[in-house]
Amino acid sequence: MQVVEETEDNLNIGDGETLDVVVRFAGDSGDGMQLTGTNFTQATALYGNDLSTFPDFPAEIRAPVGATFGVSAFQIYFGAEDVTTSGDDVDVLVAMNPAALVTNLERLVNGGLIIVDSGAFTKKNLAKAKYESNPLEDNSLDGFRVLSIDIHKHVLAAVEPCGLGHKDALRCKNMWTLGLVMWLFDRDRTATIDSLKEKFVAKPKVAEANIAALNAGHAYGETAELPAGIHVYKVPKAKVPPGTYRNITGTQSLAYGLIAGSELADIDLLFASYPITPASNLLHELSSKRGFRVKTFQAEDEIAAVCSAMGASFAGSLGVTSSAGPGIALKAEGISLAVASELPLVVVNTQRGGPSTGLPTKTEQSDFNMAVFGRHGDTPIPVIATSTATDCFDVAIEAVRLAIKYMSPVMILTDGYLANASEPWKIPDFDSLKPFRVNYYDDPKDFKPSIRDEETSARVWARPGTPGMEHRIGGIEKSFETGDISYDPANHQKMTELRQQKVAQIATDIPLQEVCYGENEGKLAVLGWGSTYGAIHQAVKKAVAEGMEVSHIHVRYLAPMPSNLGELLSKFDSILIPEMNTGQFVKMIRSEFLVDAQGLNKIAGQPFKIGEILAAIVEKYRDL
Amino acid sequence: MNQALPTLTLKDFASDQEVRWCPGCGDYAILKTIQKVMPELNRPKENQVFVSGIGCSSRFPYYMNTFGFHTIHGRAPAIATGVKLANPELDVWVITGDGDGFSIGGNHMMHAIRRNVNLQILLFNNEIYGLTKGQYSPTSQVGTHSPSSPSGSIDAPLSPCLVGLGSGGTFIARSIDTESKHLSGIVKRGSEHNGTAFIEILQNCPIYNDGVFDQVKDKKLAPDFRVEVRHGEPITFGKENEKGIKLNRETLALEVVPCLGNESEVLVHDELNKVQAQLLSEMKGPNFPIAVGVLYKEEKSSFVADVYEKLDDSNAEPASLQALLESGHTWQAK
Repeated sequence: MQVVEETEDNLNIGDGETLDVVVRFAGDSGDGMQLTGTNFTQATALYGNDLSTFPDFPAEIRAPVGATFGVSAFQIYFGAEDVTTSGDDVDVLVAMNPAALVTNLERLVNGGLIIVDSGAFTKKNLAKAKYESNPLEDNSLDGFRVLSIDIHKHVLAAVEPCGLGHKDALRCKNMWTLGLVMWLFDRDRTATIDSLKEKFVAKPKVAEANIAALNAGHAYGETAELPAGIHVYKVPKAKVPPGTYRNITGTQSLAYGLIAGSELADIDLLFASYPITPASNLLHELSSKRGFRVKTFQAEDEIAAVCSAMGASFAGSLGVTSSAGPGIALKAEGISLAVASELPLVVVNTQRGGPSTGLPTKTEQSDFNMAVFGRHGDTPIPVIATSTATDCFDVAIEAVRLAIKYMSPVMILTDGYLANASEPWKIPDFDSLKPFRVNYYDDPKDFKPSIRDEETSARVWARPGTPGMEHRIGGIEKSFETGDISYDPANHQKMTELRQQKVAQIATDIPLQEVCYGENEGKLAVLGWGSTYGAIHQAVKKAVAEGMEVSHIHVRYLAPMPSNLGELLSKFDSILIPEMNTGQFVKMIRSEFLVDAQGLNKIAGQPFKIGEILAAIVEKYRDL
Repeated sequence: MNQALPTLTLKDFASDQEVRWCPGCGDYAILKTIQKVMPELNRPKENQVFVSGIGCSSRFPYYMNTFGFHTIHGRAPAIATGVKLANPELDVWVITGDGDGFSIGGNHMMHAIRRNVNLQILLFNNEIYGLTKGQYSPTSQVGTHSPSSPSGSIDAPLSPCLVGLGSGGTFIARSIDTESKHLSGIVKRGSEHNGTAFIEILQNCPIYNDGVFDQVKDKKLAPDFRVEVRHGEPITFGKENEKGIKLNRETLALEVVPCLGNESEVLVHDELNKVQAQLLSEMKGPNFPIAVGVLYKEEKSSFVADVYEKLDDSNAEPASLQALLESGHTWQAK
């Protein structure tokens, strides 16, 4: 099915009370837009809105100033209820220069608000953005409301008393702008001021200047004569279950989940990784966490990362490795050894646009096939997917549980969008989580490395350092009976079937598939996996509100799939599977359950919009 | 750990598996020597871990009654690094060959050496690919005739010990498969070394490269083509120890000189001298003898010790997971 651009005109910003808003901060990659967005997110979370964010930045670290390919953006969607995506269309666009305006304008709703730094609309910058005339002067922005302010001038005046040089002073313009946007949405600046003091603890002058700029931007909103219709907007607080909340990104949540998993299993964890976008942040996050049972190791390459993780597993720790598509390809041989030698291993794949280097900073779901099938030999492994930033926590714990219980590599499929996206998280009580203690084998009587758990068929884990447990394992096929090398034909058949069966039966150890929105039967099931969760949820919710018999089913366990999934799908007349690939999961569903599922495929490096999925639902529904 | 260890013998270190190398393979001799030297190291048997890659030599762990992991081609140093990081109490041995360690796995070898992980790496160098049936390897001499180089190989060989030195190795040694006494001495010193001990073992492949090390192994030829270096002793060789190695200070190159009349100029081996180690590693026939022994040794803290020291610093107080989950700005919803 083709992705159709949403045409729905969603004009949110109008009168004082508004339910939800999408704000997009865009500027040069050196303008500090990510920092601005993160601080605004923090203030919004503390205000009590539900929210979801989407940092959208280029692969270039510092592109030439003013270049369109160097535009870095941070989008936040916040509102009073059930925010699950970073928003389809933008209500407020902050554009720090012409390049940021030209590359982001098409996202803005008709009548939306543009805040621009007119000081950056110089001839040179306009030329770099390929503007023939200045859009602030040629009426081309007439369909929008424009707040054009010479932020350059205002910020220099505001930080003048701090005694910074011209260049350093100008660098505070993101904070001035943030101050203005905070005024616009009635946000409290305290948390931002605290974090600026912390960030620039060694440079008090810089901290002071940034805070002065922030306050000046806020004061500008309060005192300046702004064009008619621009005033403080109140977004009501979200109604959420009681508890302690914080904001968390997918990467943080995954890292915390791995740490929690190691505590629940009572096992040391070696996280071995090689830097790659967008997976590196997980290495950074875990490297900075001291005092837990986690060691990190930056290996010389992707192969060494998976291999050292596996070495740690052989020695009795849990090895975890992490990468994105191209790196996972390099790890394939190592993962196969973990299957053959039956060692636990967790592999985190933060998917990005492919093939090859592809789109390193953009998101995609195109590694489904590689995760499920991408190894030599008959080499099944469990694959589980994360669906939201906070879901990463639970998925990481589940991966640790399965790897240890079944002595198998487990792949976590997440993606660039979820890694960077953030949302409020109701902090769980760690004591309420169920432990799953690891059992090492240490009985020397008749010991063989091929002894198996009767229930799970998992091989025993006998750690080096345990007297009487000396044994050899490896990549050569081993005898079912003794664990020694075996080239026997019947034994290979038996072992291959055993490996298949061991993974297949995990289906009995995972929750049955539930419908996450809508009825358990009906005309149309929208079936998803991974980060499409938020957009599908909202689209299905809207469709149901319009009286359609549509349900949302979201699969966490991709291999093996829940045992009731086929039966559940059979209760629907039709199945639609939105995926950010050319249709990998849909083929699996069709071949596994012989159902006429149809794909909706977006391969643009950007997450689905709610409207795109809703349009597909409407079209599909019409044909039913 | 001062517990008394049970007295073990060679037999305790032999597994029940039938050894399946070709008759006459140098690997048999190495296996015997290692099995014999293990009890002498006086370390707990259950703490011995042998990790190998792929190739003839990499079957080694199956024949040792210790922990063993026969892994994938070239990756043994990376896997061994993970084993050691997970449990520094273990003695981790890497068994590799010239193809495994310096062709497909060259990168991991370099990094395991430079990090000074605290592994014992035994490189069985037979200058040929055995298990894949005789192709030339990265240590084969130019002109080696093999199934993949029928008119003689073209690529220049690398010197494993020189690569080891260039990678920042802290223990670089060379020995010979059938010289059991020499090899056990080197292995013992390597196992005592704090850091990665790299030991190149010249090993004969009787099927695909027979006799490639005859000059250093043959009883008649060896005195003229092999020099055993020992720290603090003059570097001399020959049937009567009549020849010595001298450093020409003008050309900064080594020379072979008669000892007689040059007594004061014959180099005294200083295993702490890296430049000298490089010159000695490079010596080869026909103009020079091949040097065996500990070529270089340096005291330096090991990677694994450094990792644990950092962890211990931060482990002063175990962190609370609940506190981590609640870190940053939080708020209450009622």
